[in-house]
Amino acid sequence: MADIDFAVGIGGAAGQGVATPGNILSKLFARRGLHVNAYNAYQSIIRGGHTFLTVRAGKDPIRCMGDRLDMLIPLNQDSMDRHLPRMRRGSSVLYDKGRVTPGDAAPGVQLCPLPLAEMVKSVLHYNTAAVAAVLRLAGVELKTFEAMLAEQFARKGEAVIADNVAAARAGYEYAGANFQPFPFELPSGEKRLAIATGNESLAMGGVAAGVRFYCAYPMSPSTGVLMWMARHARRLGIVVRQVEDELGVINMAIGAAHAGCRTMCATSGGGFALMTEGLGAAAMMEIPLVCIDVQRAGPATGVPTKTEQGDLWQVLGAGQGDYPRLIAAPTTIPDCFHLIPQIFNLADRFQCPAIVLADLLLSEGFATFEPEELDFNPSIDRGLVIGLDGGEPEPPEGGYKRYRATSDGIPPRALPGTPGHAHVVATDEHDQDGVLISDEFTDPHKRQAIMERRQGKMEAVLPLLDPPRFTGPVDAEVTLVGWGSTQGVIDEAVEDLARQGIAANHLQIRWIVPLQAEAIIERLQLSRRIVIVENNYSGQFARYLRSETGICAHSSIRKYDGEPFLPHHIVDGVKELIAGKTRKYVPVHEIRV
Amino acid sequence: MGELRVDTSFPLDRKPRRPSLPVKEFKGKADPDWCPGCGDFGVLNALKIALSELGLQPHDVLTISGIGCSSNLPGYINTYGMHTLHGRALAVATGAQLANHKLKVVVTGGDGDGFGIGGNHFLHVMRRNVDLAYLVMDNQIYGLTTGQLSPTSRRGMKTKTTPEGSVEDPVNPIPMAIACGATYVARGYSGNQKHLVGLIKGAIEHRGFAFVDVFSPCVTYNKDNTHDFFKERTKKLEDLGHDPTDFHAALDRAREWDETIPIGLFYKRDAPALDECEPVLASGGPLALRPPGVSAGDARWILDELM
Repeated sequence: MADIDFAVGIGGAAGQGVATPGNILSKLFARRGLHVNAYNAYQSIIRGGHTFLTVRAGKDPIRCMGDRLDMLIPLNQDSMDRHLPRMRRGSSVLYDKGRVTPGDAAPGVQLCPLPLAEMVKSVLHYNTAAVAAVLRLAGVELKTFEAMLAEQFARKGEAVIADNVAAARAGYEYAGANFQPFPFELPSGEKRLAIATGNESLAMGGVAAGVRFYCAYPMSPSTGVLMWMARHARRLGIVVRQVEDELGVINMAIGAAHAGCRTMCATSGGGFALMTEGLGAAAMMEIPLVCIDVQRAGPATGVPTKTEQGDLWQVLGAGQGDYPRLIAAPTTIPDCFHLIPQIFNLADRFQCPAIVLADLLLSEGFATFEPEELDFNPSIDRGLVIGLDGGEPEPPEGGYKRYRATSDGIPPRALPGTPGHAHVVATDEHDQDGVLISDEFTDPHKRQAIMERRQGKMEAVLPLLDPPRFTGPVDAEVTLVGWGSTQGVIDEAVEDLARQGIAANHLQIRWIVPLQAEAIIERLQLSRRIVIVENNYSGQFARYLRSETGICAHSSIRKYDGEPFLPHHIVDGVKELIAGKTRKYVPVHEIRV
Repeated sequence: MGELRVDTSFPLDRKPRRPSLPVKEFKGKADPDWCPGCGDFGVLNALKIALSELGLQPHDVLTISGIGCSSNLPGYINTYGMHTLHGRALAVATGAQLANHKLKVVVTGGDGDGFGIGGNHFLHVMRRNVDLAYLVMDNQIYGLTTGQLSPTSRRGMKTKTTPEGSVEDPVNPIPMAIACGATYVARGYSGNQKHLVGLIKGAIEHRGFAFVDVFSPCVTYNKDNTHDFFKERTKKLEDLGHDPTDFHAALDRAREWDETIPIGLFYKRDAPALDECEPVLASGGPLALRPPGVSAGDARWILDELM
């Protein structure tokens, strides 16, 4: 648990600039060496509605947005009305006196009206003054913010910088003179931290992996990957294409990957559905590539700006027929960065498609990184590739056979353009030399041998994976099992449970295919009560675990309202499950956002 | 304009012309499984002759197809080949061409593959002017699925799925291609091989998206658009005095479908190909062959944004 743990919520209508003060605060905290986690709850509209950004900071890494707000900044009346009732003793509510009137606050909640119209030159400076007021109450010096304003408005000239600095000072002084500061001062860490969204982390992971070709069709909440790639492509030497549809995306990716580029694409569930035949094609032709599915609430168009872990069975069953694939679900925003080079190395080595199953919670959330954690030159394993250096290698005796039955089932692939190795790759079943088996006779013995080689090569993946993360006492009363993005919130719930005298341990699954069944069984056979926590309706992982290990979890905590779990949702659930009140606990999200 | 003129000079960054390999060197590992008399034989032969006459080696060329009778072609020719999914050849080819812009990428397929299930990619590959040679073996019928309506089947045509005759107008891919921004638009007939070889050579050498719609009769399932049908009607544009740089004349000629059906080069213009417009490809050679690794300066640049 972090010593200092400070959370600010900023609410308003879309288009009102909720993100700006949120981004400034996040970056400012990170610059002062504090860890940050931020999450924006928003809707699929450009103007209006209600968006709510939570920024939480502390000295230790922040794993989720947490349960509690220290400070509320409602930019409009609607936000005040929705969130004020949730504010507790010791918290403060900062708002524009001219636009927002408070309702009834709980005892001990400090109301901090700012007369913004009187304090600053124009409405353009409201956010600046408000951010400065937050800093004053949290005991943060103003100079870091002033330096950021100078950077942010450098292009707009000295006058704009001066106006904003004046607004910041006015807000800072007014808060000091009129409001009670928090009883703590936000500390600063030893060094500046980097801050990035999950989408940016996925894109940067691609850069670290040596991605040379990236293509996508815009689809929330994955579009951030495409936009980051497009902004950085030219300098980094990456070809980035926006394609006409996801059928085009996956097939363009296949073409680029076959020609020799490390190739990545990202989409959400709907786009992924269109890609599924292509993924099977990549597997059939044995072309490595990485496809990211950033899950959002489905089915169909679903709730485009809300999070869910509802695509597990879609990716497990993507496309017709049996085919080899890798599937992994990053467990944190930093893991979005680290996973990509790892899964590329496996995809290249095993010549198969790899699927990364992220979700909106990760992709659009912000988290801090230690700068040296962002290693852009990790080890790279391209697997067996002939012609990658553009040379003219000698073809083997008897001619090159792309799909030769080697002992490990992974014959070297040759890049188009390499002399002496011309061959055909096909989505029809094909023999060792690439000739379609339907062109002669559909030989059942051949087909069997080909299937066994193509599927069997994947058996060597499992020993290469790190074991699934297990934390907490072995003899705990409860074992919480999560997968992918829920790691942070379950960690925090486990700590909260311990404080309440309930011993829990925690198994978090990152590798979906291959599933580390033996390691999982070894852990879970010692569990007294297995509770599976997941962000979907039907318990997709619970069913998968049962199908792959025979383990039938005692109970589950599920959420499918579009918002992520908060720690207390899991704590409350565990208590109810232990009390025997239910075997499936579904928390109700308290705030309608 | 009495004679078909095609630009046979390689772009400067392409591999120089080499002594021609004999046509037989382009024979693929498998023999065609097309029905005897199928128009696709003529297209395959014309393509092999074109590659040979252009001095290309098997490894210089990547032949990409979708699914259908004609899409089996990559297996019958000795080049690098990709036999992809139904309708997706142009998307795959775009990725491959950008990943290695030194390759000559030839895309082959049928009318259903290209104008039906793959129609959206056709549209977009043209406006992007991707450097591909796209040869469609247009037989106005679905052959591999045994004789159903195709996007190019004429109104009134009786097929297994239109037993009373089709009530839909067909796609005319030539004016569509001219209007959508294709920079080389031609029509050939598989029964006129010498003429077709010229069109295919022009398409392969054209820098940008080159489209050749080839009448390739299905002798098994299409009793309307037969060899006799095309032999009687097809007339070479060069004999009709057509100027392939005239956009409007090209559109007018492309809509002729009567006693005379023109074949030849309808339209050609110079425009930068997609890879020429991509700054990342301006120097450094084929993308696919560039080594991985991020320079310390670039890593710092990325990191600084996050701080």
